[in-house]
Amino acid sequence: MVDMTRNDKNPVHGSHAVEVRGLVKHYGETKALDGVDLDVREGTVLGVLGPNGAGKTTLVRCLSTLIVPDAGTATVAGFDVVRQPRQLRRTIGLTGQYASVDEKLSGWENLYMIGRLLDLSRKDARSRADELLERFSLTDAAKKAAMNYSGGMRRRLDLAASMIGRPAVLYLDEPTTGLDPRTRNEVWDEVQRMVAEGATVLLTTQYMEEAEQLANELTVIDKGKVIANGKVDELKARVGGRTLRIRPVSSSDLPGMARSLAEAGLDGVAGSQAVPDEGVLLVPILSDEQLTAVVGLLAARGYAIADLGTYLPSLDEVFLAITGQRPASVEDSVPTEKTEEVAA
Amino acid sequence: MSTVTTTKPAPTAPGPAPVDGRPGEGRIGLRANLRHIGALVRRNALQIKQDPESMFDVLFMPIIFTLLFVFVFGGAISGKGQQEAYVNYVVPGLMAMMGMNIAMGVGTGVNDDFKKGVMDRFRSMPIARSSVLIAKIVVELGRMMVAIAILLTVGFMLGLSIKTSVFDLLLSIGLSAVFGASLMWIFILLGLTMKTAQAVQGMAMLVLMPLQFGSSIFAPPSTMPGWLQSFTDYNPLSNLADAARGLINGGAVAHPVTVTLIWSVAITAVTMPLAVRKFRQKT
Repeated sequence: MVDMTRNDKNPVHGSHAVEVRGLVKHYGETKALDGVDLDVREGTVLGVLGPNGAGKTTLVRCLSTLIVPDAGTATVAGFDVVRQPRQLRRTIGLTGQYASVDEKLSGWENLYMIGRLLDLSRKDARSRADELLERFSLTDAAKKAAMNYSGGMRRRLDLAASMIGRPAVLYLDEPTTGLDPRTRNEVWDEVQRMVAEGATVLLTTQYMEEAEQLANELTVIDKGKVIANGKVDELKARVGGRTLRIRPVSSSDLPGMARSLAEAGLDGVAGSQAVPDEGVLLVPILSDEQLTAVVGLLAARGYAIADLGTYLPSLDEVFLAITGQRPASVEDSVPTEKTEEVAA
Repeated sequence: MSTVTTTKPAPTAPGPAPVDGRPGEGRIGLRANLRHIGALVRRNALQIKQDPESMFDVLFMPIIFTLLFVFVFGGAISGKGQQEAYVNYVVPGLMAMMGMNIAMGVGTGVNDDFKKGVMDRFRSMPIARSSVLIAKIVVELGRMMVAIAILLTVGFMLGLSIKTSVFDLLLSIGLSAVFGASLMWIFILLGLTMKTAQAVQGMAMLVLMPLQFGSSIFAPPSTMPGWLQSFTDYNPLSNLADAARGLINGGAVAHPVTVTLIWSVAITAVTMPLAVRKFRQKT
């Protein structure tokens, strides 16, 4: 990749902004990263899905030059994490699961400080701070100390802080862990907007739902190893994707509904399954068209439906589908994952 | 519409981004370094503004110490009713002590500060990692200057007189600052090495007490046993106190000034690189 011209204004879409090969990081006996390979194509979002202690944070910390890997290589925007940390730091933005802003400073002062640290002139740092506060709907709280922000505001400030240098690659380390659903949606909206504008993002998450919302491709890791990767749709197909849950008004309709679906020959729907105990029918769904077709068919046959909804497989179910077992590392915490909170 | 275009994150690699790994590539220039230190000093100053209580030590320590020592020990050491003579003895000594006490606070501050997420952000940014530490020292030196100003004010109210010149007084303040800064590196190193702020505090007290009281700060060592006198002779705090005393009250200063400077340079030369290294490697 030596002749790759990084100065090209329009690099070939699909070249890799992040390339990780055989990355290893051990902490004593704990293998936080045990030979991880992954790629993030430019302008796309890679979701790194895994339970607590899988090595997600260690990966992000390696890629941010905060820790030095024991073996393997990683390049970000063409820069090697070990040999070219200074250049690499110019190309990245980092948002951790622990809000990395100065609590005692106001939102504006935080952004201004980071602008100055990124060598913006006073004037540019000022206008960039104003601009990002506006964009992340924090203008009203601009002068308040960050410690008085709500969880969602803090996370938005953190995102804004990561955006000041217009990074080529953005790391979002569990950006919505610990947020309530409404705040989580706010953060998702922001991330989607950044992606729409062309940002390359490496996102770590414990939630299949988040990965599905935001990521183009997925890498599933457990105990420091990649156990699956591919396009989100491919993986979804592998783990079963969404499930449609239908509750007819009368549970005596269940067998008839299942038969209707089987006979209709809709793709994949043959796997539908009646659960008489709960009075529901579970239908695996692979596409929106299929969802519409199933509901349309049942309506056409005159079945009265009391309730219906779709749900995604949980992380547990994903792991179950891929590895045949539940994630192992949920219980054991890796010392590096910055879990310093002491149990009360 | 230029404002709109600027809001767009650059989707591609940033402009000048060479692929080759020349070692000097991306090194931070002096001017950029000063700018970064400036931004971080501003951060520390704003923190003080947000949390004015953090200035209480600087504001009250010099007042309380000066009053206590002058009125409790002053009579005993200089004779009843002779407190004013002791003022001129103890205030230069307290100047040396201020530096040490404030330096100790840096250790606990660093320990606290560096556990926060914002340090990860600083460490993942294209700035010299030492600038974070240097900014801290600059701000603490500022705090030290405030403490010394208050100390001198209280001293003047209790009868302190400068027997030399304002220039000599400034020299004594400068010398205290140089030595104080070197001590800060020790405590920054401790703060980065030890697990909790309490541990830093405990460790600091262990070092601090013998150095402070086994010195010429509070009482002339001539009444101390021989072995303790040899200790105070080499104790940098004694030398700093003697130097400040000489500069304010007149007398020979070449020896204590030289010893203090040697200590300052030696301490800085050893602990500063270790502290920067420790900070760089912190995970």
